[in-house]
Amino acid sequence: MLATQVRHEPLPMARRNSRLGRSARMGAAFVAVFCAATLISGGSRAAMAPDTIEISNFSFGPAVLTVPAGTTVTWVNEDEEPHTVVESNTLFKSHALDTGDKFSFTFTTPGTYEYFCTIHAHMVGKVVVQ
Amino acid sequence: MSRQNDKGLELAVMNRRRMLKCMGWAGTGIVWTMVGGVPRPFGLGEAAAATGFSFVQISDSHIGFDKPANPNVKGTLQETIGKIGALSPAPAFILHTGDITHLAKPEQFDQAEQIIKGAKLDVRYVPGEHDVLDDNGQSYLQRFGKGATGGGWYSFDSGGVHFIALINVLNFKPGGLGNLGQEQIAWLADDVKSLSASTPIVIFAHMPLWTIYQDWGWGTGDAAEALSHVNRFGSVTVLNGHIHQIVQKVEGNITFQTARSTAYPQPEAGKAKAPGPLTVPADQLKQMLGLRSVTLAEGTHPLLSDATLAG
Repeated sequence: MLATQVRHEPLPMARRNSRLGRSARMGAAFVAVFCAATLISGGSRAAMAPDTIEISNFSFGPAVLTVPAGTTVTWVNEDEEPHTVVESNTLFKSHALDTGDKFSFTFTTPGTYEYFCTIHAHMVGKVVVQ
Repeated sequence: MSRQNDKGLELAVMNRRRMLKCMGWAGTGIVWTMVGGVPRPFGLGEAAAATGFSFVQISDSHIGFDKPANPNVKGTLQETIGKIGALSPAPAFILHTGDITHLAKPEQFDQAEQIIKGAKLDVRYVPGEHDVLDDNGQSYLQRFGKGATGGGWYSFDSGGVHFIALINVLNFKPGGLGNLGQEQIAWLADDVKSLSASTPIVIFAHMPLWTIYQDWGWGTGDAAEALSHVNRFGSVTVLNGHIHQIVQKVEGNITFQTARSTAYPQPEAGKAKAPGPLTVPADQLKQMLGLRSVTLAEGTHPLLSDATLAG
């Protein structure tokens, strides 16, 4: 199992590095925020584009995304497993997203939108539109 | 079968008295293998010879998957079918416990069927969540659901055993586990109503019918309610797939077993960030893929043997 986990590591690490590079280009202040967020949460998603949700390791990141009304949110599946993005009342519903596939939805009305993966129902997320 | 005993073969004997013994040392936890030094009442060959009735379970062939965990899932399915063809005596039929395809594409179903046909045996399918991706299972049912009732579940009798095929991969609720639904549970209650309690029951479905690991969705939310309708039977064997590894559990007269995949392994519960495909060194892959033979001897519970592709 140890060998396997090591094998799984390179991909997330690579992503983390690319995000760091991106955030560095966006200015010192942002880097400070990124580092602080990383230190506090141990997470790696603080530097994601603010309207992008990454699907990786069977989870939505960030699990809760807050955006202004009118924002188009894009989900990207980084897993080797297909996933879907389906709002609880089917306001939006993606097809099965294979590795690298994207799905976008434009939120025009303020509110809280809960969604999940209909293939792996334990995967849930939320978009808060202000 | 005996020729495979020294290589990658595990035995799980569904003898009730032994089950109780196993529970004694395993408590109510997961029993990984029931070989562990416990004597078995008879060998596989003897059991098969006694009745001549056996069947095979295969699972999670994921045709269409092409990632590093196994870039050749057609090849490993082909190899599995080759092993089934070599079994003697020949099994009565094959049960496929779902995730036939990776993305439910027509050509993936075609390829899977084409390969599985090579065994020249009847095949009974249930869908996995990968087989019902975008259309709530409609294309799966058009292909495999002929004669099935309701949402595609069905039962049949063979070798003195009542077989029940359940579907627990449709109509998931957010945050939930696999789901059977009230319509299917009512059908199940009616299906077994008139059977004698001494009828051996084999239930097969894709997702485990007990909760192995909730955080990864490895379970079926309303399974307990469904299984309450078969509690009265002396021998109930539940065969599942989904988790690409063997996990076993005994609860009263009900024994639960998940099966290996023919495509790729997955991590043990909680031992990775996520339950995705597990990439192992190429020389280890075939030890983690395989098939299961089930033999029925009169008056005993089904006898299970799991063989790997390395064996």
